[in-house]
Amino acid sequence: MVARARRGAADEPGHGWGTVAKLLEIDGLRTQFLTSAGVIKAVDGISYDVNEGETIAIVGESGCGKSISALSILRLIPNPPGRIVGGSIRFRGRDLLQLSEEEIRNVRGRDIAMVFQEPMTSLNPVLTVGRQLTETLQQHLNMTREQANARAAELLGMVGIAEPERRLKQYPHHFSGGMRQRVMIAMALCCDPKLIIADEPTTALDVTIQAQILELMKDLTRRLGVALIVITHNLGIVARYADRVNVMYAGKIIESGPAAEIYRDPQHPYTLALLRSVPRMDQPRRARLDPVRGQPPDLSRLGDGCAFAPRCGFAVARCSRETPQLAPAGAPGHIAACWESERVSGALKRAS
Amino acid sequence: MSMAPATPAEMSEAGAPPPQAGAATAPRQRLADAPTLITVRNLKMHFPVTEGALFPRLVGQVKAVDGISFAIRKGETLGLVGESGCGKTTTGRCILRLEHATGGEILFDGKNLIDLDRKSMNALRRKIQVIFQDPYSSLNPRMKIGDIIAEPMLVHGTEPDKAARDARVMELLRLCGLDPRFADRFPHEMSGGQRQRVGIARALSVRPEFIICDEAISALDVSIQAQIINLLEDLREQFGLTYLFIAHDLSVVRHLCHRVAVMYLGKIVEMADCDELYGNPLHPYTQALLAAVPIPDPEIEKTRAHHIVKGEVPSPINPPSGCVFHPRCPSAVAECSKSVPEFREVKPGHFVACSVI
Ligand SMILES: Nc1ncnc2c1ncn2[C@@H]1O[C@H](COP(=O)(O)OP(=O)(O)OP(=O)(O)O)[C@@H](O)[C@H]1O
Ligand SMILES: [Mg+2]
Repeated sequence: MVARARRGAADEPGHGWGTVAKLLEIDGLRTQFLTSAGVIKAVDGISYDVNEGETIAIVGESGCGKSISALSILRLIPNPPGRIVGGSIRFRGRDLLQLSEEEIRNVRGRDIAMVFQEPMTSLNPVLTVGRQLTETLQQHLNMTREQANARAAELLGMVGIAEPERRLKQYPHHFSGGMRQRVMIAMALCCDPKLIIADEPTTALDVTIQAQILELMKDLTRRLGVALIVITHNLGIVARYADRVNVMYAGKIIESGPAAEIYRDPQHPYTLALLRSVPRMDQPRRARLDPVRGQPPDLSRLGDGCAFAPRCGFAVARCSRETPQLAPAGAPGHIAACWESERVSGALKRAS
Repeated sequence: MSMAPATPAEMSEAGAPPPQAGAATAPRQRLADAPTLITVRNLKMHFPVTEGALFPRLVGQVKAVDGISFAIRKGETLGLVGESGCGKTTTGRCILRLEHATGGEILFDGKNLIDLDRKSMNALRRKIQVIFQDPYSSLNPRMKIGDIIAEPMLVHGTEPDKAARDARVMELLRLCGLDPRFADRFPHEMSGGQRQRVGIARALSVRPEFIICDEAISALDVSIQAQIINLLEDLREQFGLTYLFIAHDLSVVRHLCHRVAVMYLGKIVEMADCDELYGNPLHPYTQALLAAVPIPDPEIEKTRAHHIVKGEVPSPINPPSGCVFHPRCPSAVAECSKSVPEFREVKPGHFVACSVI
């Protein structure tokens, strides 16, 4: 399963399941921000695994902590005001939170690469694209100038940029948004990473370009065996590309499982509401959408109980007192943090 | 005066009506008799392209918008879709007079916005508001959220009383799904989605008649999109608002818009009633756009054929000859690179510019 209900003996190192190799194991991660409004618990005890070569999607409402949880993996949290206050992040057995600054710098861009929504913020506008690619290659892989140039051209070709030699001499502003995102993917692939974290990689792009980029990422990650954590708010993208899904709410993972199961029979009321809130082109147009009602919680003022309870149609008295933990619900590998998941189960089918 | 019947929370708690096919079409028909609010006729925005810093020389033109025409009725929502650089944002900017159009007419309130003097334009500008695409750059980082939302009310003098203005800021925050406590926070303390709601609250603050939504909800996650879509629809119903809805999410456009125009490289290639366009897309570009949208259902996605249109939009400085879509078009024939297809009405209300069909 993606997120863990609880740590059992079978999850311990050396007691593995044989074929499925765990690449990343996040356990009890907590990241907070100290602001004028108080302590914001942006990530509040999340645990999940990523297996080698698989694609995991993280979905959830704006502000629920998707980006912060991803940035925490590479320790890219601005401090102050942010701080990782607990948990462990094991990458191929090593806890990234225990590494020195220099060691984590070596992990970044090399073992684990990131692709952001807006490539312009991660590309240096005054350096040619070639220079940015070769610098990384020379720095991380000790390549010579020539080796790096050849590899850079090869990478651009791989991400579908025509005439790579000529394009290497150009600056980021000579590239369209889609082409820049291709460059970002080339940069991410530079050092043969094991894991790519893509935070809304195509949100800024047009539909046809979005489809091209996602297809490219899927093809490359499959071919090269790279695992992918993709953060997106687009449930269509999740449906097309993800193997497994983590649904986040108010800093926690509240449901997790195989993509097909999450969409077929959601076990948490929030996931159910999320799936029902999207207009679908394959279905008759509805008079009104059913949004997730109410307002997103203020992460600095979370009390006891389930954070979704105030907005939840299934809530009972217990929900506002006791916080539900992730537990098996529905099909194997599917878990949800809800006291009432038995009632939620099957609700999507009944609604349609 | 209260702007909407209830907060999004209350509206949905009251229970959304069950999905019914007829409900969505009834108000759509009433629109046929509504008066036209805005007419755009043969609009052109050709930007000069120069070379040389000291003695700039004219070397060409970018035809960002190249002779487009449409009209929007009062209370209607026209969707404008297409890839970046196709001219949809420039169209919006011409209407807002952020660009000075180089040709055509934009008629609003019986006046042609293109040659209106500054004073008359300022008076009109309150009625035409915009919700921008980028929640990061459109908010002043040094201003508190409450002041950001109140600013247009000060500029246009619509709410001179401070207490009334503050009350309205609270109401707008709640309307847009934000905790009123956000009034005292700064943009950098909010997530992207939270910031976008502030932009919407700000646009609504001066009670406009016509709102240009330029990718206004694209950056929001789905649950929030649904609230904002419902909110935009409620405001449209209650105040007879009219929208030009510029977006790339075709599922959202299908839900929200009465009619849809598809743009490509400065031209409208297809325009029809929403149901007609989605049910019977005729232009190969429209068909490519629709095929690119993933359906939120893994079972369907597994079996669905993914025909992804190749290439990118060519440079508008040197657009292709003939039909501008022909280099990417799967149905192109030799003729397509030679003659510019006429934008013709193939069925009542269904216009398309393609010589193959
Ligand atoms: N620099 C910061 N200072 C204070 N609070 C912050 C900061 N950055 C993020 N937060 C808070 O942390 C929480 C999680 O933010 P995060 O950016 O991870 O959200 P997200 O799930 O990625 O949302 P979105 O979908 O809008 O990108 C939010 O409530 C946000 O307000
Ligand atoms: Mg984010």
